[in-house]
Order: sequence, then C-alpha cells, then structure tokens
Amino acid sequence: MSVTTLSSSALAQRQPSWLVRLFDYKPFLIVMCLAPAIGLLAVFLTYPLGLGIWLAFTDTTIGRKGIFVGLENFQYLLTDPLWWNAVFYSVVYTAIATFGKFALGFWLALLLNNHFPFKSLLRAIILLPWIVPTVLSALAFWWIYDPQFSIISYLLVDVLHWRSSNIDFLGSAWPARFSLIAANIWRGIPFVAISLLAGLQTISPSLYEAAMLDGASAWQRFRYITFPMMMPILAIVMTFSIIFTFTDFQLVYAITRGGPVNSTHLLATLAFQRGIAGGELGEGAAIAVSMIPFLVFATLFSYFGLARRKWQQGEAND
Amino acid sequence: MTDTVAQPAVADAKAAPDTMAWDSGLRRLMMIYLPLGCFVLILLFPFYWMAITSFKPNAELLNYKEHNPFWISSPTLAHIKHLLFDTAYPRWLWTTMTVAIGSTTLSLIASTLAAYAIERLRFRGSPYVGLGIYLAYLVPPSILFIPLATVIVQFGLFDSPLALILVYPTFLVPFCTWLLIGYFKSIPYELEECALVDGATRLQILRRITLPLAVPGLISAGIFSFTLSWNEFIYALAFIQSGANKTVPVAILTELVTGDVYQWGALMAGSLLGSLPVAVFYSLFVDYYVSSLTGAVKE
Repeated sequence: MSVTTLSSSALAQRQPSWLVRLFDYKPFLIVMCLAPAIGLLAVFLTYPLGLGIWLAFTDTTIGRKGIFVGLENFQYLLTDPLWWNAVFYSVVYTAIATFGKFALGFWLALLLNNHFPFKSLLRAIILLPWIVPTVLSALAFWWIYDPQFSIISYLLVDVLHWRSSNIDFLGSAWPARFSLIAANIWRGIPFVAISLLAGLQTISPSLYEAAMLDGASAWQRFRYITFPMMMPILAIVMTFSIIFTFTDFQLVYAITRGGPVNSTHLLATLAFQRGIAGGELGEGAAIAVSMIPFLVFATLFSYFGLARRKWQQGEAND
Repeated sequence: MTDTVAQPAVADAKAAPDTMAWDSGLRRLMMIYLPLGCFVLILLFPFYWMAITSFKPNAELLNYKEHNPFWISSPTLAHIKHLLFDTAYPRWLWTTMTVAIGSTTLSLIASTLAAYAIERLRFRGSPYVGLGIYLAYLVPPSILFIPLATVIVQFGLFDSPLALILVYPTFLVPFCTWLLIGYFKSIPYELEECALVDGATRLQILRRITLPLAVPGLISAGIFSFTLSWNEFIYALAFIQSGANKTVPVAILTELVTGDVYQWGALMAGSLLGSLPVAVFYSLFVDYYVSSLTGAVKE
C-alpha cells in the first residue's frame, strides 16, 4: 500500500499541476470536504427547521401562501382539547414506554452479560425487532390486536380459559393507548439492551471481585458498581430514546391513526393530520413546533439529571 | 406454545453435566435461561405470526375453532402470488431499493469527507462543526416534515423518489459522520505523517491510506444507512403521492389496507417480504451492526 503511494505521489510532486496544488491547499480542501455534508444539512435540515418555526406563525395552507398571524395558531392550540389530549398522551406514552424499555432492556442486558452457549447468535436474534421496518412490525401488531382474531385473546379465552370474552385492544381509549405503548416497548427493548450490554462489558471484573471479597451481595454489587458505572451510557441512550419516543409517528399512524375518537394521537400524528392530510400547514407546523420545548426539557432532564450524579461521584472519588 | 415445551428440555441437558452443582444449575435455569427464553419468545413472536399468516389460506386464517392458529395445515403461496402479480409490489420494492442505495451512497460520500476534514484536517473550530453535525442528529423528522414538504414542492421534487434520496441524508449524515470520526481516530496519525513527509498530497492520503484502513467503519456506516433509509416512513408518506412511486412501508399501509375487510394474508406477506431484504442484509453483517450501534452510542 505505502509503496504505491510513494511512487505515485513522487510523480505527482515532480509535475504539480495547478489543480493538484489547489486540492492540496488546506483551507480549500477543508471547504471542499465539508461542503457536501454541510450543504445537505443546511438545505434540508437547518432551513426547514427555521421555515417550520416561521410557518407556525402564519396561516399557510396547501396551495396558498400565508400571512404572519403572530401567536394565533398557538392561542388556538391552547384552547383545542385535541391538542391537550395529544400532549397528555405523548407525555404518558413517553414516560411509560421509556420506563418499560429501560427496565426490561437493562434486565435483558444483564442476562446477556452472562456466559452461555450461542451468545452471539442470541444477540443477533434479539436485535431483529429493531432492524425490521417499524411500520411492518406495527402491522403485525395490528393483526395481533385484531378484535376478533387476536391471538392473545385466543390464548386467554380458548386455551387458558382465563377470560370469557375477547379483549377489545384497539376499540376504546385506554386499552388502545396501552396496546400502543406495549408495541413501542417491544420495539425499543433490543436497542436499549444491546447499547447497555456494550456498557456492561466495559466494567472491569476486578471491581466485582473486590466487592465479592468485601462480602457484597448481588444486589449491592448491582446498586453500587453496575448502576453508577452505567450512568453515562444510560444518560445518552435515554436521551435518544426519549427524543425518538416523544416524536414517534410510525407506530401510532400504522396501528390506530390516532383513533379511536382521537384518543391515541401523539403530537406528531396530530401535526400530520392537520398539516399534510388536512392541508393546514401553519397549524400543523405550530403543533410540530410545540414539541420543541418538551424535547429540550426532556433532553436536559435526562442528560443532566443522570450525568450530574456521575460527576458528583467522580468528585467524591478524586 | 411449542417453545415452552422445548425450553426446559434444553436447559436440563445443560444442567446435567455438572450434577455436583445441581443447585446452582437450577438457579441458573431460573435466573437466566427462563427469563431469556421469555424475552426471545416475546421478541420473536410477532415475526413468527407474520410469517405463518402469510402462508395460511384464508379459510384457516379466520377459523380458530377447527384449525390450530399456531400452525398451518395446508400452506399456500396465494398471498405472495397475489402480491407479486396483482399489485405494484415489485415496483415498490424497486423504488425502495433505489432510494435506499442512492441515499446511502450520497451520505457515505458526504460524511466520509466531512469526518476526514473534522478529524484529520484539523482546523480552528473543527470540534464545533462536529458538535453541530451531532446536534443535527437530535432533530427528529416529526418536527421537520411539514416545512420540508413545502421545500420539496418549491424544488419541484414532490412525488419524486429523488426527493427522498436528497432528504434521507439529513438523518444519515450526522450518524455516519460520527461513526467515521470515531473510526478515523483509531487509525494512527503517524501513517499519514509518513505519507506527508514522502510528499503525498492530502487527497492521495485519504484515498490510499485512510480509506482502506477505514473499510470496516465504512461498511458499518453503509449498512446502517441502508437499513435506516429502508425503514424510513414519515418523509416517504408525506412527499410521495402516486401509488407507483411509494416505498414498501408506505405502500403496504396506504395501498394494501383497503376498505373494512383487511386482507391479513396479503398484508402480512407484504410485511414479510418487505422485512426480508434488511433481515438478510442484517444476517450477513451482524457484527458490523452491533459494533456500529454500540460505537455510535459510546462516542
């Protein structure tokens, strides 16, 4: 490899064309290298983000350029029971699903951290729910939640005889809400488990040996070694998880589309319904923008709330 | 059903050799293998259910009294045949493949160059550029899709797969850039210094030294981008209108779900076929997935 580099670079050095010299000029090269990435992100991310905030203050609809209306959209949202309902369900959905994902995911990571045969195969199988397109696995859940032919109902009614009637998973508000949360937890467990497993594997075994010699119980080892050592990675994974759970769209759109009677709308699905399906771009943008404060708050809370403890411990140890 | 029967038998076989530590073997069974078995069963069941539904004839599908729902007595390919020959499914697969490959290529090029500039051509403010790109990853598509739809219309790209190829890099580039920055960090800088001393140009260094050494990182970033763009939903739903240009996830949900009677067989067959490419891809590159997933989190 290096030999070929030498000879050809030596050749280039002998007859340096202006083009070669230009591309070896560091500031020019830096600009050229950053241009594609920064350009794409500026046009399709930063600009739309600004445009979205602008749209939220206008009454734009599809096909008509709007005018600036100030806070009217937001004032309307504050009086809109559907928006409050979506805020309520988004918070509930995020809170319960995040808790479930992390409790079960952490447990699964701890289980996977043991030694047993076929470990890498098992790890591969477990990531599958996360690899497969969410909408497609959501369709499978929709079928599992079918009011008449639900396999869960079949198990509970006809096999186990625990219930006398089929469960109506998606027919009324609260069962539908919890069914969606269950599907979200199912999808989220693998990501959390595999990320946390990576964190668990970085903890030095000598810490556990020292604790065992001091007579620490299994719970104490978990509470005073595993948990504090996992804090930094937990903070990052949780920040990501909260952001993407709060702004989730696919699961709800695929399984209930916000129904029954708009009880399972998340802010993202409500924004889609108003903004794209309904054509009220301004109002949809306002709903999308109203997610930002929640996201900033959740990010700061999970990141600093969890990370600060790590710093305090670091200071105490030093 | 069948798994719960098989579970203890397997575990017994494992516990058998060390009869001395039978107590610890039983403990292991209860504390590790049993919960693990439950996890695997629950995580895989929807896929089993998806697969079994797509090969069941309609009569069996909706009759649990006479047929055991957990098994197929007379498997059929009717749903898959319907999907492949009576719908535009092959076309959707093709569109999805084009979009996924196009956006992956675009993001790989953009993020390799950006990562190289940030990590190797150190300049004043390069950490801030890196941070800015990282922050871009935290902006969820749910916030962006409405203004992006108007941008796409302005560009005259509405209803074109090209729009998706250009938009997907907004979430692929930040991810790939961070993955590759981590990878470039692991390549000794001395190698590049040697080449510089020998008179190689920076582009030659990138092409002949850094890139060949970063191949595992490039594969990780590539397969990850492919999976993410294959699975993307909200942009594809908002920007594509005509049936022929839809991607698989959107098309199954909007074109196959018709009326009040759901064609569960066809829906599940569509989901199975749509998941298959990423699943096959995944099985070929499992280790890269795991390393990129954990690498991205650690960064």
